Amino acid sequence: MGKAFAVVLTIITTVSVAIFVSRHWWFPEVASAHGGAMDHQFLETFVGAAIGFILAQLGLAAFAWKYGERKGETRPIRIFPGGAKWLVVLALVYVGSEIILLEFVGQKVWAAMYFTPPAADSLQVQVLAGQFAFYFRYPGPDGKFGPIHTGKIDETKGNFFGIDPSDPGSKDDIVTVELAVPVNKPVELLLNSKDMGHGFYVPEMRIQQDIVPGMEIPLHFTPTKIGKYDIACNQLCGLGHYTMRAFLEVMSEEDYQKWIVEQASLQ
Amino acid sequence: MAMEAQQHQHTAPTGFIRKYIFSLDHKVIGKQYYFLAIASVFLGMVLSWLVRIHLVWPNVHVWGLGALSPAGAPGGVISPEYYLSLLTIHGTLMVFFVLTTAPQAGFGNYALPIQIGAEDMAFPTLNMLSFWVTFLALCALVSTLFVEDGPPISGWTAYPPLSAVGSLAGPGQGMGQNLWAVSIALFCIGSLLGALNFITTTVDLRCKGMTLMRMPLTCWAWLITAILSLLSFAVLFAACVLLILDRNAGTSFFLPSGLLVNGQLQNHSGGSPLLWQHLFWFFGHPEVYIAIVPGFGVISHVLSVFSRKPVLGYKVIVTCLLAIGFLSFTVWGHHMFLSGMSPYSGFLFSIPTLIITIPATIVSLLWLGTVYGGKLRFTTCMMFALGFVSVFVTGGLGGMFLAQPSLDIFLHGTYFVVGHFHMVMGVAAIFGMFAGTYFWFPKMFGRMMNERLGKIHFWITFIGVYCIFMPMHFIGLEGMPRRYSSFVNDLMQPLMPVHKFMTIAALITGAAQFIFLFNLFWSMYKGPKAPENPWESTTLEWTVPSPPPFDNFGGKHPVVYHDAYEYGDVHNGKDYVMQTDPAGQPAKS
Repeated sequence: MGKAFAVVLTIITTVSVAIFVSRHWWFPEVASAHGGAMDHQFLETFVGAAIGFILAQLGLAAFAWKYGERKGETRPIRIFPGGAKWLVVLALVYVGSEIILLEFVGQKVWAAMYFTPPAADSLQVQVLAGQFAFYFRYPGPDGKFGPIHTGKIDETKGNFFGIDPSDPGSKDDIVTVELAVPVNKPVELLLNSKDMGHGFYVPEMRIQQDIVPGMEIPLHFTPTKIGKYDIACNQLCGLGHYTMRAFLEVMSEEDYQKWIVEQASLQ
Repeated sequence: MAMEAQQHQHTAPTGFIRKYIFSLDHKVIGKQYYFLAIASVFLGMVLSWLVRIHLVWPNVHVWGLGALSPAGAPGGVISPEYYLSLLTIHGTLMVFFVLTTAPQAGFGNYALPIQIGAEDMAFPTLNMLSFWVTFLALCALVSTLFVEDGPPISGWTAYPPLSAVGSLAGPGQGMGQNLWAVSIALFCIGSLLGALNFITTTVDLRCKGMTLMRMPLTCWAWLITAILSLLSFAVLFAACVLLILDRNAGTSFFLPSGLLVNGQLQNHSGGSPLLWQHLFWFFGHPEVYIAIVPGFGVISHVLSVFSRKPVLGYKVIVTCLLAIGFLSFTVWGHHMFLSGMSPYSGFLFSIPTLIITIPATIVSLLWLGTVYGGKLRFTTCMMFALGFVSVFVTGGLGGMFLAQPSLDIFLHGTYFVVGHFHMVMGVAAIFGMFAGTYFWFPKMFGRMMNERLGKIHFWITFIGVYCIFMPMHFIGLEGMPRRYSSFVNDLMQPLMPVHKFMTIAALITGAAQFIFLFNLFWSMYKGPKAPENPWESTTLEWTVPSPPPFDNFGGKHPVVYHDAYEYGDVHNGKDYVMQTDPAGQPAKS
């Protein structure tokens, strides 16, 4: 029985590691400036975890293979060489150094996204999430967003954002159902929700942020690849949660200028 | 201490109701908790089947479901919102009524007093109350399946505003969510009463010679778990009361101003949805350890018994369990890296989250060191203990990724998380429960379980759980969001074959659990009679008949002379020394 366990566990370990290493199922190709560093950090963690995984599982398999009791056997038991001490030291050194490495080397990504302010020339776009759609607002030529009045939201009149028409800051604002941004230009999103907790998740951009009603949460990134990406809501927001999505379209600077002019004319 | 235990004597009740229903006997209450967990785990498992079936065969008619919920599953076809209801009840049942009851209140109630040489728990009436309050909590939760609106759709974490604004937020968010909140509040009360009892019993009722450092590791694990329960369920209770008030009394603890739900402006102001998340996860992370630490105890214990070796590093394991218990209160923020709380807090929370892996790694290595060089007896119990070590290591390593906020940006809310927590707290804890069942069944029911059925059960379960939960890690890397009832716009459609594989694995693995159920009930009546000490184990429960008499020790007062894990040295043809064996060292009082 111990040998069977050893064989099965070895197979499980080998297959699991092989599938990970084959990268058949793996991250979508990165499309943002900070994403590469994040993938690198994942790989570093993966190598550390894989070594621990293989050693622990194969160690368990080997012991189960070797130390099964045979009928009438008189062999004495053997205490682990050095007792508990060396295992404690091993855990402290291996896991401890892994932690120090990951915490202090790997936190650069987190710091770059959340501790450093967005570049001064970032394109600001406001996002309003609600059951079960996203709307986007560009500030227009004045560079200012008017306030959001959820009480003024009226979808029948096309006021998806709760804009007060008499507010001067809102006059030239452009509201869209798709998020378009120029490539290689820093973007700062200002995330708002009118009802539930929602999520803003674009796997290719390596960005994700919860959207919380009552708070405006900033999020900045720089897209580096032209293309059309899914924006998924990733915080359970109600019965239509799985249908709540929008598109992020990364365009060339010229296409973006054309697009924004066209959107402005539709307001 | 011993004096108090003597004054505690009581006689066995004779009536059916006092003996089996409103019993004060810790052994009966332990079994009651155990069967409550068995009922919950099978219901929870069937719900998870429905969840998995809906994901891959959304149009299939499930027999009987149309009658249970005409609105949620018309004609037996699960609607997207009913999918959310199912996963909410699945999660709540499993986390609260399975993982929190059987390992602690079930086995702990049964075995703790006997293992420390006590006749009963310190407060038998409180013990009975805690079970019946928990039973009421389960009734409240299950009743959500039968109310008109259906069960809530807000997940087991019940984040507001979805959980707090009432039926406007969606189906099940009216009566269903109220019942959910009441159920959890009741559950908290039951757990608090139980925790008080466990702590007092362990501190006060140990028999002569049973010093703290002679206690079996199971008792240490139950003690530490009880302390965690006492500190964390109080907070969840408060959170549930506030949620009930927000829902029904017009308060705004969790609701900010300006909410526009379903076209209606809400009359709330001043609250924060993040407050719920902080309160919930302040409970929620210790809860993970409430589920798994009793498993640590059982696994350390049975690995030693079936390796015929003293557990390696007893003191180190006790220290690690204490460290894990303490650290578990400092890591709740890792559930909230992306919640909108300060990113500086996120960074701080990641440090203890990574540090907690050190004691967990030490304990895992000590298990390996315990097995090393032993004379392993591959009983079903031992197989599940070895399986526990394997799945715990696998699941735990996933935590190394999720503990880092920057990786969480990608992995948060994906199937990677689902795979991780199912492996590390779900499967591992359930393996601990299986090991506990196969280990203590002879004592609890006086008969042996069938080993052949047990092995079949083990093999299908062990291979099955890897087939279900390992692929979840893979598709998580693709960025597949959890809690999606289907995948529109072709998003993730290429991953459907993986989902099908997991669903089939879940159906097979789940079906294998009925082998266990059959074995459990068949052996209870037809299994061969169990001897006093079938596993040649050293602890006190194996010094009394199987099953033990009403007062556990038949009016005698056990005295302990030895540590809990004296295996290996052969004396008089035996390779173990009972804790109560007077030969050797004198008892310390």
